[in-house]
Order: sequence, then structure tokens, then C-alpha cells
Amino acid sequence: MDLGSLVAAALTEITAAPDLAALDQVRVRLLGKKGALTEQLKLLGALAPAARPAAGARINEAKAALHDAIGARARVLERAAVAEELAGAAIDVTLPGRGQRAGALHPVTRTRLRIEEIFRGAGYGVAEGPEVEDDFHNFEALNIPANHPARAMHDTFYFGDGRLLRTHTSPVQVRAMLSTPPPLRLIMPGRVYRNDSDQTHTPMFHQVEGLVIDRDVSFANLKAILRRFVSEFFEKPLAIRLRPSYFPFTEPSAEVDCQCAFCEGRGCRVCKQSGWLEVLGCGVVHPNVLRNCGLDPERWSGYAFGMGIERLAMLRYDVSDLRLFFENDLRFLAQFERA
Amino acid sequence: MKVSLEWLAEWVRLEADVGALAARLTMAGFEVEGRAPAAPPFAGVVVGEVIATERHPDADKLTVCRVADGEGAPISVVCGAPNARAGMKVPLARVGATLPGGITIKRTRLRGVESAGMLCSARELGLGDDADGLLELPAALETGADLRAVLALDDTVLEINLTPNRGDALSMLGLARELAVLAGTSLALPAPAPVPAGSHERLPVRLLAPAACARFAGRVIRGVDAGRPTPLWMRERLRRAGLRSLGPLVDVTNYVMLELGQPMHAYDLRRLQERIDVRWAAAGETLELLDGSRVALEADMLVIADAVAPVGLAGIMGGAKSGIAADTADVFLESAWFAPDAVAGRGRRQGVLTDASQRFERGVDPAGQERAIERATRLLVEIAGGVPGPVELTVDPAHVPQRVPIGLRRASLARLIGIAIPDERVEAMLGALGMAVSAAPVGWQVTPPSWRFDVLQEADLVEEVARLYGYNEIPELDLPIPQRPATVVEGEVGVLRFTLALVDRGYHEAITYTFVDAAVQRRLFPESAALQLSNPISAELAAMRVSLWPGLLKALGDNLRRQQARVRLFEHGAKFIMQDNDFKEIDCIAGVAWGAALPEQWGALKTPVDFHDVKGDVEALLALTGAPDEFRFVAGSQSCLHPGRAARIYRGERCCGSIGELHPEVVRELDLAPAPLLFELELDITGPAALPRAQELSRFPSVRRDLAVVVEEHCTFSQLRESVTVVASSLLRELKLFDVYRGQGIESGRKSVAFGLILQDKSKTLTDADVDAVMTAVRRRLQQDLNATIRD
Repeated sequence: MDLGSLVAAALTEITAAPDLAALDQVRVRLLGKKGALTEQLKLLGALAPAARPAAGARINEAKAALHDAIGARARVLERAAVAEELAGAAIDVTLPGRGQRAGALHPVTRTRLRIEEIFRGAGYGVAEGPEVEDDFHNFEALNIPANHPARAMHDTFYFGDGRLLRTHTSPVQVRAMLSTPPPLRLIMPGRVYRNDSDQTHTPMFHQVEGLVIDRDVSFANLKAILRRFVSEFFEKPLAIRLRPSYFPFTEPSAEVDCQCAFCEGRGCRVCKQSGWLEVLGCGVVHPNVLRNCGLDPERWSGYAFGMGIERLAMLRYDVSDLRLFFENDLRFLAQFERA
Repeated sequence: MKVSLEWLAEWVRLEADVGALAARLTMAGFEVEGRAPAAPPFAGVVVGEVIATERHPDADKLTVCRVADGEGAPISVVCGAPNARAGMKVPLARVGATLPGGITIKRTRLRGVESAGMLCSARELGLGDDADGLLELPAALETGADLRAVLALDDTVLEINLTPNRGDALSMLGLARELAVLAGTSLALPAPAPVPAGSHERLPVRLLAPAACARFAGRVIRGVDAGRPTPLWMRERLRRAGLRSLGPLVDVTNYVMLELGQPMHAYDLRRLQERIDVRWAAAGETLELLDGSRVALEADMLVIADAVAPVGLAGIMGGAKSGIAADTADVFLESAWFAPDAVAGRGRRQGVLTDASQRFERGVDPAGQERAIERATRLLVEIAGGVPGPVELTVDPAHVPQRVPIGLRRASLARLIGIAIPDERVEAMLGALGMAVSAAPVGWQVTPPSWRFDVLQEADLVEEVARLYGYNEIPELDLPIPQRPATVVEGEVGVLRFTLALVDRGYHEAITYTFVDAAVQRRLFPESAALQLSNPISAELAAMRVSLWPGLLKALGDNLRRQQARVRLFEHGAKFIMQDNDFKEIDCIAGVAWGAALPEQWGALKTPVDFHDVKGDVEALLALTGAPDEFRFVAGSQSCLHPGRAARIYRGERCCGSIGELHPEVVRELDLAPAPLLFELELDITGPAALPRAQELSRFPSVRRDLAVVVEEHCTFSQLRESVTVVASSLLRELKLFDVYRGQGIESGRKSVAFGLILQDKSKTLTDADVDAVMTAVRRRLQQDLNATIRD
């Protein structure tokens, strides 16, 4: 067989080799010690000396070509073998992952953290205080003397020794003013207690109050921070509306409605068609409170505001029943797993 | 307060749109909480006049009335009311009329007699509770007139929530006054109409506690007829205000209170001895009140007394004995001014809250006693007859509240409200409120009217200016955000970091009540004293928690009853414990784990959670302090835990927490099997963590040698580690515990502990000989210290 035919036949054979073992047999047959090409080289001696170099070169070229072809075929077969092996080792990627699953923060905590974060951004620090309080910090200092009609608005839990459970977080304001010289810029979250339990009241709930004391702090400043707060909290620009009200510790005092975050004021189920949501109480700190806390109302002025965390959490997360917050039902708590 | 707009409109012009009126009131601080029609819907009811009655031929209890309805011939109506009589005017529901509840009146025959309509009681028209007879209408009403029109029933009643500072607005007069200011209209008050005395009879009054009662108007009226009916118009107004009619004498005093804001009282003159004393109660005195309750009087209670004994609790409620009776003919009227702090709180203390005490506590106009007593006299004489004596006015001028001028500075308005308001506006607004305003060097001198008890200092005037200017007209002005010094403490780990660590480890945050079931808490912590509420909601919420566990165990139990298969809860909050003879609030984080260690899943063993699972969670928290090595777990703990599966957690010498399995007996009692695991850490021990200090890394290879030893069951891992660490000291980089085994091959009472020692030197590569020497020393030490047998 001439060299050309030999190479052509060999290439066909290489391409047809079904696996690496068969390919190796082909290699031995062609390029091994007794292989067809090796035999060709042995025949060179029979040629005229002048023809030998050219013939030898042709044979070596053919050898190299076949060597490359075998290598290429081997790589193809190797890849196929690996692919086949991997295919057999495939897993079900839709099976769930293993290990512990994350729990969740309570929605009240989650709401409190959000409120704290918004006010921290406006330069407020966070202060806390005791839950078991005395009459001075919870009432007297806040311009609510004994027998004051406003005490009827606070159904207070007592311990019978002068101590009581705080009815609001305002005593923390008193403690802050008594302990730290102004300027003050604080929010005060915490548990508070009222002796009241029905569908819309729980005997314990959470408030966040804010207090700013500085030179020339005004009602106009208060309005600005509150509108910023509700807009940031609900993540949309919302108007606020202030209604004159009465708290013994502020004057002027106001109830604050924000434009309904759900219908943007058009009227819906959540705002009972009014377009407004009652979310806060606020006012300019009463001069009697400043005096009771050792501050001169001629030098300092300030504002205070307070909100119920549960109320905001109910609005934010569409919780329909206040009592769910304290039943600790895992079916409820687990709904807040998404961070 | 319930306010009939028809009544209010007598003195001030109201806008026609009730919604706009309600909004105006609400936006001025008089929150309108609700509005309701004065009468339920009905139609086709007219004033009927009973011309004649005759007994129904076939029914004893029915009367056949001939009724004029203003159109054509009288009609025949069969009626069952006992008070039907010829000559009376009554509501007639004509054929085709619709009554409340959707009833339609049809022509009908009752036991054979035609009835062309229905005569109505007050109840049938939704105008009261009286269903005993026909509603008798005033004779003056025109027969055939539409009842809704003649009784002004298309009226709206507003429910207004008045804030405690505005006692002056607790009346038609007060609200009308305020509305006139808000709407910029005028107030049309009737001219005073004194009733001349028809006798000289008077009852002397002594003001023995003049600071508490500085003005007292009294009047004797003889010969009244307490049996006359209160006129329908007055009953209607009382009904719309939410009061029941109690006969003309009481109705008149209530009516005047609602109209003018001056509470009044009518005494049966027969029951008063000699005189009236207004004085503080004496020790041992008691008084039976009109509501039948008996009060043991205290020295700070103001009473109205006669020469013998108290006859009323001043400003709160009259006494039963001197109250108006059916046969009362002679009355003594009281219209007095009591100081707010002489009344405040007493009613609440006795559980008696009245319309009178509500008003006196907030402040009643000290100039209004004569006006009220004249008004009441006029009404009373008109309705029930009688001859009045003169008004006996007793005053202690030194104690009548005097309104002194209050300085209002222009600068204060700007400083506290935030904008400059033109002088003319300030003056106009304050003037409209009845304040006398005069110019002063830096602002004004303002004298509030006698009825404004809430205006005492400059801030009160600032509030009034802001309120009338309109809160929503005041601009928003941002305060600059202060540049705070950089005081971020890197080592400070907030509570949030702890709570998030637990969340990531599968715990859900719970919030439980801080007050718990005292009995359950005593069972869990018999040795801890707890603060007890004196007025708890219930016995289950009566004791302040000494640990977060009672609340968490309750939450666990509730969830188990809801068929949860696995529960992990934690809570952050205060516990209230006795320390140094006082109760301290200690901030804690605590958790409970129940059920499988891992959520049910494929490819993982379903093992129940145990002590060491939860210890891992606690250690993760302790690691956050930056000083996990400072904490020790010492066996033994609270009596509510399994004695062999519990530990106290110490930082240095301070015990700062507990961990363990709930005691089997408690598990059974609370029905919580299998036993839950609990932990609690006091957070005040954490403190800022030390910053990490980087150590030089060794360039030389480390060597690992494993060792298994058999030790006594009671030998703890911490003892083993201690012995190994002492010997291997500086070369020991890490000790890895990888197995604790009991059972086959190990004699009972002993256990096999296997661990790896990772040894490394900072300055050279360790040779086999170095390592062998360490291992030999370790083995010898373990044999010596712990009677350990080395396994091969």
C-alpha cells in the first residue's frame, strides 16, 4: 500500500475508534514497534540513497499527522468519558438545603428598629429607663399632680408602696433632663403599661417618645421632623395634619394624623374612608415640666412627641388584631422571617 | 359630651354642612368622635288629636279612638295604650307610614273594628324607653303637623371628646362661645331674666371652707308640684344629651347644667335643718348618696351640711335623704362654685363620677352662679309652679379666683411657635376669646375671662394663639442636624447583635407580658421574692417576673397546644429581682428550645434538642462579648431545672446566667414533655469587648496527634483540658475534642474521650522526638491526675 492510502485508511480507523482502548490498539498497529509506519521506515534502506531523505521526511510527516490525529481523538474520547461519568453523578438541585433555618425578629422590634434608625439619621440618640417608676417621674414632674383629671387617662398599675408601672415612656424624658445638660436630642423606646385589656387594648404595649431641648426650639421645628418621620417610615411623601389636643406635659399640644399611607388620602378601609391615620401625639414642652426638671424655660425650649409602636407595626404590616403581638403564636411570628 | 345641634344653634349660627362643622370643631381641639341622628328614621307620623274614645266591643284592653289628623273627618284608630284619652295630642302614624325597624302601617281590622293608623309610644318612635303608654304631645302643637318637623327630630347629635383642660366648653354656652370665635360670628345670648322673689324666705349659708367654696347662690322655692310632667321639649333635649328624665325638679337642674355649664342641686327643703354649711367633713361622718351608696367621709372631702349632718358631697352628688321625692313641695336650689382641687379625685376615689364632678374638677365659671339659679328658677316655676324667695348669694371675696393679667411677649410667640404673627391678629384672636388685651412694651398684658381655668401663664396664651392661628398654617422649619463627635465604640455590642445571632440560629423573638402568673412563678423560683401588683388585670398577670422563663414557658405551652412540632423562642427584656434589699431591673436575653435539634429535613438525623445544642447557642452569644474565655459553666443551677443537666454561667466571680433542662416534675405539671431546654443571660455583664490583637503566624508546620483516654464518668472535659493544657502549654495550638463514647468495650462507670492535639512551635519545625516527648508527658499527666487509661 502506498503511503497516501495508508494514511487515509489510518485516519478513518482513528476517527472510528469507539473508546480509548480501541484507539490505543490503533496506535500500536500504526505507530508501534511493529506498526505500519515503522515498517515503512524499515523499507527506506531499499531505496536509492538519493531518494531516502525525501521519502524519510514524507514518512515522518505522515507519522506526525497520525500522532496528532490519535491525540485529538483521545481528547474527544476522554471528554466524552468524563461527561458520561458526571452525568451519572448528577443530583437533584431542587432538594432543600440542610441545617438550621433562621427565625425572626418580632414585628414590634422590627418596627422599633426602623423608628430608631430614622431618628438616628436625624441626630437623635436612644435612651432607656426603668419600667417600675415612681409617682414623681411618671406624673408629678410631667405636670400631672395628684387628682389631676388627666390621671383618668392613665389606668395605672400600682405596687402599693408608691411605685407603679410606667404608663408612658415620658419618665425617661424626665430622667434625661435631670441628668444631662441640654442640648438634648433623644428618642426613648420601651414597654409601657395601662390597666386596660380588651380587643384594642393590651395591658402592656410599646411606645417611642422623642425629646429635643435646645435654644429656640419651636412648634415649626416639631412639624418638620414629624412630617419627615412619617414620610420616611412609610417610604412615601405623606402630608401630616395637626389637631389641637391636650397633654399636661406639652403646650401647645397636638394629635398628629398622617395622610393614609395605603390610599394616599383618597379614603380606604384602613383609614376608615377619612384619608388620615392618627399616628402620634406631640407638643412643645410645658414650661412647668422644664422647671420641674431643673431647666429654665427662658433659656431652653423643646418639643416632645410620642407614638405607639404596635399601631405603626399594624399599619406597616397589615396586622388586624393588636393582641396577636403578645400571643407569641409561631404561625404569626414566622411570617416575619424575611429579613 | 353629646351635643344636639338644634340646641346649640339657639345661640350661634351653625354652618349647614354638619361634616364641615365637625371638621371645624375637630381641628380646633374639640374632637368630634361621632355623629348620630337625633331620632331613627321614620316617616308619615303626624300630630294626632284624640277626639273621643270608646271601649272596644270585643277586647277589654283595647280602646277605639277617633283621631283628628288635620285632613278631613276624624279617623278610627284602635289602640292598646292605657293612657289614651279624649283631648290628648299624640303621634299618629298614618296608613302608609314607616316606623323605625322598617314597619309599614296598614289599614287593618282589630277584632272587627277598623283601625286606620297607629298611635305611638316614645319607644316605638325611638324617642326613649317609655313603652307604657302613648307619647303625650304638647297641646299647642298643630294637629296634622309632621312630627319630625315640630319636634325638630331631623337634628344631629355630635359626640365631642373634650380634653380635660377645657371644662369651660362642657356646655351649650361654652361650645357656642368657642364656635362663634372659630367661625368669626357672634354669640346671641338671651338677656338675663331674673325671677322676682315672691316671698322673703331664705336659708342662711355659711362658707366654712372659703378656699374650697367661695360663692354659693341658694334659693328657696315653695309650693312646687313635683308631679307635673317635664315638657316634651326639655325631655327631648335631655335625651339627646344622654340624660334620662327624672321629674321636673331634677330635670331643670340637669338642663341648666347642660346649657350653662353650672352644675346645680335641688334639695327637699323639709330635710334641711336650719342652715347650710359648706365645710370639710369631720372624722367619722358618713353619708348615703343619691345612688344609694354609703360613703365614709374623709377629712379632705368637702360637704354641704345642714345644722346637723352632711346632706351632700359638694360638687359630686347629693345625699339620699335630702333628695327630691315624689311628694316634694318645697325645694332649696344650690348653685355654687367649688374649687377644682376641692373636688378633683374624690369622686374617683369613691367610684362616683358625675356630670357635676366632671365639671367642677375642670373648673366652673365663678361668675356664673346667679345666672344659673335665675335660669333654673324661671324654668322650674314655669313647669312646676311655686313661689321663689330671693336669691341668697354668699360670697367670700378673698377666695373668689381673680384673673390677673398675664404678660405675653411678642418674642415668645416667635420663639415657641416658630413664626412672627402680626400684632393685629394676635390681639383679634385673644379678644375674640373674651380676653382683655392691652399693649405692653414687648407685647401685651392679657387678662383671661373668668371661665378660662386653663389660661394661667404665658405658655397658655401661646397655645391659644397657635390654635386659633391654625396648627396647619404654621410652616415646617428643619432644625439643623447636629455634628456629633465620633464616639463609636468598636467593642460595644448592642443587644441587636445578640438577638440577630439567635434569629440566625433558628429562634423566633417573643414578647411576653412582664407580669406573670404568681403561682407558676413561685413553682419555678420558690426562693425568689417577686414584686406584686396591687391592682392586677387577673391572677395570671399579677407578679412581676423574676426571670424571663415563666413567660417563655407559657408561650411554649400555647404553641404546643397549637400543634407546633418544634419551638425555639427567645425574648429580650427586663426581669425584676430583689438585690441589696431592693428590686432591680435587669436586662436579660433568654430562650427556650423544644423538639428536634434541627428543623425536620432530609439527610439529617432527627435528634431531640439537648443541653449541648443550646449551650452552643449560648456560647455563640458569649463569643460576641469578645471575651468568651472569661465565661465558665458550673454544674448545678435553679431548682426548676434538672439537677444533673443544668449549669450556672459565670463571668469571673459574677453569676450572670443559667442554662439547663426543665426539671421532669415541672415538665409534667406544665404538660410540656419532652423536657424543654432553657437559658437566660443578664446583659449588663457584657460590656465593650476588647479589640482583637493580631498574633504572629508561625512559619513552621503543625503536627496533629490524636489521643483517646478512658476516664471516670464524673471526670469533666474541663478537667481533661486543664491537664492537657498544663503539660503541652506553649506548643499546644489547639485541642479538638472529637468523640465521647460509652458502651461496648468500655467498662461501666467510665467513658472514652478522644481528642486531637495540634502542636506547633513558633521558631522551628517540631521533630518526632519533640512531639513524642509532649505526648508522653500528656499521657502520664492524665494517668496521674485523672486515673485515665490510654486507649490504643
